[in-house]
Amino acid sequence: MIRLEKRQERSATMALLSPVIAVALMLVTGGIIFAMRGLDPIAALAVYFVEPLMSVWSLQELVVKAAPLVLIGAGLAISYTANVWNIGAEGQLTMGAVAGAALPLLFPDWQSPLALFLMLMCGIAGGMIWGGIPALLKNRFNANEILTSLMLVYVAQFILDYMVRGPWRDPQGLNFPKSMNFAGWYILPSLEASRLHLGAIFAIIVAVALGLLMAKTLKGYEIRVLGQAPRAGQFAGFSRKRIVTFCFLLTGGLAGLAGICEVAGPIGHLQPSISPGYGFTAIIVAFLARLNPLGTLVSGVVLAISYLGGEAAQISLGVSDKIARVFQGILLFYILACDTLILYRIRRVGAAHGH
Amino acid sequence: MAIENDILTIITAATPLLLAAQGQLVAERSGVLNLGVEGMMVMGAVAGFAVANLTGSLSLGIAAAILAGVMMSLIFGFLTLSLRANQVATGLALTLLGLGLSGLIGESFVGMPGERMPQLDIPYLTDIPVIGKIIFGQDVLVYLSLAMTIIIIWFLFRTRAGLILRAVGDNHHSAHALGYHVITVRYLAVMFGGAMSGLAGAYLSLAYTPSWTENMTSGRGWIALALVVFASWLPLRLLAGAYLFGAVTILGFVAQGYGIGIPAQLLASLPYLVTIAALVVISGNRNLMRANTPACLGQPFVPDR
Repeated sequence: MIRLEKRQERSATMALLSPVIAVALMLVTGGIIFAMRGLDPIAALAVYFVEPLMSVWSLQELVVKAAPLVLIGAGLAISYTANVWNIGAEGQLTMGAVAGAALPLLFPDWQSPLALFLMLMCGIAGGMIWGGIPALLKNRFNANEILTSLMLVYVAQFILDYMVRGPWRDPQGLNFPKSMNFAGWYILPSLEASRLHLGAIFAIIVAVALGLLMAKTLKGYEIRVLGQAPRAGQFAGFSRKRIVTFCFLLTGGLAGLAGICEVAGPIGHLQPSISPGYGFTAIIVAFLARLNPLGTLVSGVVLAISYLGGEAAQISLGVSDKIARVFQGILLFYILACDTLILYRIRRVGAAHGH
Repeated sequence: MAIENDILTIITAATPLLLAAQGQLVAERSGVLNLGVEGMMVMGAVAGFAVANLTGSLSLGIAAAILAGVMMSLIFGFLTLSLRANQVATGLALTLLGLGLSGLIGESFVGMPGERMPQLDIPYLTDIPVIGKIIFGQDVLVYLSLAMTIIIIWFLFRTRAGLILRAVGDNHHSAHALGYHVITVRYLAVMFGGAMSGLAGAYLSLAYTPSWTENMTSGRGWIALALVVFASWLPLRLLAGAYLFGAVTILGFVAQGYGIGIPAQLLASLPYLVTIAALVVISGNRNLMRANTPACLGQPFVPDR
């Protein structure tokens, strides 16, 4: 028999090791899955997890995919620390894209750096409004924010779908459900002849800023206290409602920024599907970083590899790229299981009892 | 008959929600919040369709769906009950894994024709106008979901085992002190939740739309979770809620049938908007929430010593 024994203190070693163990366990499981499909596990894992790191093109693509994951994941890390469960980032991303797209689609002729800035602001605002709804419903009516934020994902996707098939459909688009292409200042500045765009810089700035917020400011302290000991936090005069609002506006705004960066960057127009589930994968990014915003810079890249590896596996191994989502799901389980090691020590219970 | 068809649509829309929500009602009564319903349900849907398709047997398909749901719930149980991981995060992980895994497993079944679960056909009775087909012409899972309401009421409020389960959900420390096995009770409740979610998934892929498409649960697992809150953890209210919900979601289609111009996307959003509205209405009523919410819902059980 195995029994969990509470540690006197959280294990600092395990806090650092547990994400590494989780990734290692995922690799072993991945190898087993590949072997079950009749592939050489080592070679298949190399294609999946190493090949994406081997060329300049794929390294750039890695950054392109990691940027939205870090932007959203860093915000979620803070939100989850405060025990505020926003799981609707995918919807906030979508509404950010829709709101931000209003400028390039309604005023395509207004060309100015200011237009770019305003478009990004609209994207952030769109995400904040969409994130603000669950916060408002939670604070005013005590409605479960997990369920409301998730429901709003579907609604947001239908709004996007309506816009690109209806009012914003490109008249010259051969009847495809897509908007006009963004042009001029409405395209995110990117590195010469590559898909590397401004979003990556935003991601780094956000992760560092939020890391500082948590480590150095009273707000960060407030978030941690309210997350770990809500009653103590209330005695200290911290307001639960204010934190709920703060977390939802923050994560919503960042998801909105990620959304507008996607459509004004790699995609270049609105279409019914603008994200391969970045808003949901960012949940895993936040947990793999052990809810540390700075850590999302690393975990975001790890999850970006899982997307790229999926594409590589489809091309080189003939395995469906859907395997990426399986790996992502398995990884989250291992992360959560390994987190147990931080608070508990595993003891074999049998012949020897006591300490 | 237009009304007859509308009612039949309501029943088919309500049944998967009811089945999944019944499972969660029992699990949550024991103090466990499993947000992985969507994942268990979609795994049930793919397992049910795949096995029914490969063996040609609907019963085996349903059995496979239940098994898939239970297996998924055991992963959740191991993490949250044995390893004391966070229930919210683990539930989310279960949903993400289920959606991914079902997409991978089901890839070769996309577009394959399925077989619809047979519906009851009693001579003379099923032919009665208007009510005949509604009362005597449903498939076995519809009747099961109705029977389950009675079974759950009886179990939770009339049996000793049900009392223990509620005690575990309301105060796990006291239940533990009285000598009950909190973790065992919760494992069983979680497994029941998994079985019912799997069944709900099978209803989708073998009766509602006999086919497999990726993400075919489209949020129904989450709606089922909301229904449990809406019903304030009472089985009879859950039955009413599921049917009310089914009725509201088809309201839009009826309106469209009368030529009222509504964008298709707004119609499709209706179930989600209604869910939010329902949560707002019921959660605002603090007395109702306080009376029935299992006190230990979502809290890991760590014995004092």
